[in-house]
Amino acid sequence: MTLHIEVDQVHPLELEAPRFSIRKPGQRFDRQGEMGDGERVQIALQNFAKDFSRPLAAYMEACIHCGKCAEACHFYVTTGDARYTPIWKLEPFKQVYKREASPFRWFYKKFNLKPEVTLEELEDWQELLYDTCTMCGRCTLVCPMGIDIASLVGQARHAMFQAGLVPHELHAVAERAAIEGSPLGATAKVLKDRCEWLADDHEVEIPFDKPKADVIVSLSSIEIMKFPESIVATARILKHAGYDWTLRSDGYEATNFGLLSGNLEWQRQMSLKLINAAVACGAKTLILPECGHAYGALRWMGANMYGKPLPFDVVHISEFLAENISNGRIKVKPLKKSVTFHDPCQVSRRGGVPQAPRDVLQALGVDLRESPGGHGDMNWCCGGGGGVVTIHRADEHRYRVFQMKMRQIEATGAELPITSCSNCRQTFDDGQAHFKWDKSMHSLLETVAEQLDDSAKH
Amino acid sequence: MTLLEFARGPMLAITLLVLFAGSAWRIYGIFRLKPKPDYSKPRRETGFRDALGGVLARVFPRKAFRPRIAFTEANAWLFHIGLLVIIVAYAPHIAFVKRLTGFITWPALPDPVTYFFGAVTIVTLIIALLHRMSHPPLRLLSNFDDFFSWFLVLLAVVTGMMAFDTSTARTDTVLAIHLLSVEAMLIWLPFGKLSHAFLIFISRGITGAAFARKGASL
Repeated sequence: MTLHIEVDQVHPLELEAPRFSIRKPGQRFDRQGEMGDGERVQIALQNFAKDFSRPLAAYMEACIHCGKCAEACHFYVTTGDARYTPIWKLEPFKQVYKREASPFRWFYKKFNLKPEVTLEELEDWQELLYDTCTMCGRCTLVCPMGIDIASLVGQARHAMFQAGLVPHELHAVAERAAIEGSPLGATAKVLKDRCEWLADDHEVEIPFDKPKADVIVSLSSIEIMKFPESIVATARILKHAGYDWTLRSDGYEATNFGLLSGNLEWQRQMSLKLINAAVACGAKTLILPECGHAYGALRWMGANMYGKPLPFDVVHISEFLAENISNGRIKVKPLKKSVTFHDPCQVSRRGGVPQAPRDVLQALGVDLRESPGGHGDMNWCCGGGGGVVTIHRADEHRYRVFQMKMRQIEATGAELPITSCSNCRQTFDDGQAHFKWDKSMHSLLETVAEQLDDSAKH
Repeated sequence: MTLLEFARGPMLAITLLVLFAGSAWRIYGIFRLKPKPDYSKPRRETGFRDALGGVLARVFPRKAFRPRIAFTEANAWLFHIGLLVIIVAYAPHIAFVKRLTGFITWPALPDPVTYFFGAVTIVTLIIALLHRMSHPPLRLLSNFDDFFSWFLVLLAVVTGMMAFDTSTARTDTVLAIHLLSVEAMLIWLPFGKLSHAFLIFISRGITGAAFARKGASL
């Protein structure tokens, strides 16, 4: 008997998989907007050209095709699929750069050595630039030429967005955030209602819309909708430390799906809401929540969206906790548990804050067990960053990465995994449910709030 | 004009011209583009030292990466050491520099030592090629530049090894071929991946400075 396998050239079967499956699901890529094919490519190219700068040129010129970045990428390491080699994710854009802006562009163009990028290529690359890159930046640290590949992926996403080539779910949440002010429906009204019942339930004061305050607090919509205890924890800690603070309905959402999806204008609008709210209440400090990309978006890109230096300090909540524990404004009771810390990539590796959470954990007196697989700036990403957790068709990739993450956490033997990013936490919660794992990810902020020592204060 | 005279005379002049003009043009092509202004508050003031730090930070890979890249890293190190030794420490090369500059000279290593390093260079080049053709990410990334650059370097080293034997009448011809192949390599250098010889300082330096500003480790 002959076995007939239908050969579909467009969606080939993945024959090495444990069960036959179409590696690229029915909808291989998503498209937004009505544009002709040629127009889509042109828009992508024009928008990519807007990002041409000295660092980009240096990086595009420098790659020596050594392939080491693959060995640092969780998506390559867990699949062995060469297409997930980080620098390969930039291939069409390298081609565009060489053809349009490199020192020998006339040569490449004249002899067509770098052919024009096609729509099919851009569509194929959607999976590489979105589904299988969390912009965690581990590849940047292995590159012998020092190419910051993660930043290039962010720039390529700008072009992909304008060409309407963004994964559907990521586009949808980004659009919702642009329209409603929050990607998960945490509108100002929802937040205000939530804060009112949280204040009642937990008997804690949550200042809202104060006209003036020293400290303005921002939140991640994941916290507002899924982990509201974080808001209570923040309120308790700020009261304990004696700060004059507020939440503001005109600027509270710290997540930035403009950044993740690649829409620069939305990114700017979202950052400006926070910046303007902080300016309006005369805040000296803006606290960013337990969210990785929110830190990069405001701490390192915020002023550039504003077009001038920010008139206030921007700190991640873990930095705020560490500083105030160190200066004695926050007193904590010891936590007699073994803990392992999962570093949010955008805060630890790419943000420059790997030490603050460790200082906090040390103050709590925990038995800190670092992951032998890599910790601090060498941590492996949870697999859900960069918007990947929103993309359903990327689940298979994310779960594969998560298995590695589970093994690393198990290897520490710690009772309590703790992180300082609600997006990582969400990814861990989803992975935990998927694999029926017996470990839950905890929040550094909430852990500190639970260990506050009010008696030591008075 | 003999072939050797041609290689030592006009061809050398052309080579140096293309090498320096091409490299300068490639570097200018990068620097003519402006960096975007960064208004973020730096974690600390940064300067040239941090760019240099970026260059030095990648001399050795981080420990965490070593298990996965040890083989290619070791091969690359051996190759570069071998190449450096044969370029710098082989007596005729030193004589070549002295003839060209008139006064610059330094002591050479014994010929058998440089011959050994020549062999190391060739073996590591062959290993690099086999690895490039067998490792899936490398196979995917590779293009004409990778193979052509590899070929030109191999050609320069192999013809150099052939020119070691100075006892035959063919010496001048072999030497001329060696010189011409080195010149071919140097002419190609600014245009292909061999330019990492200078690009490495630019890209590593840019990342070094940018990351120091954020306090992010390299």
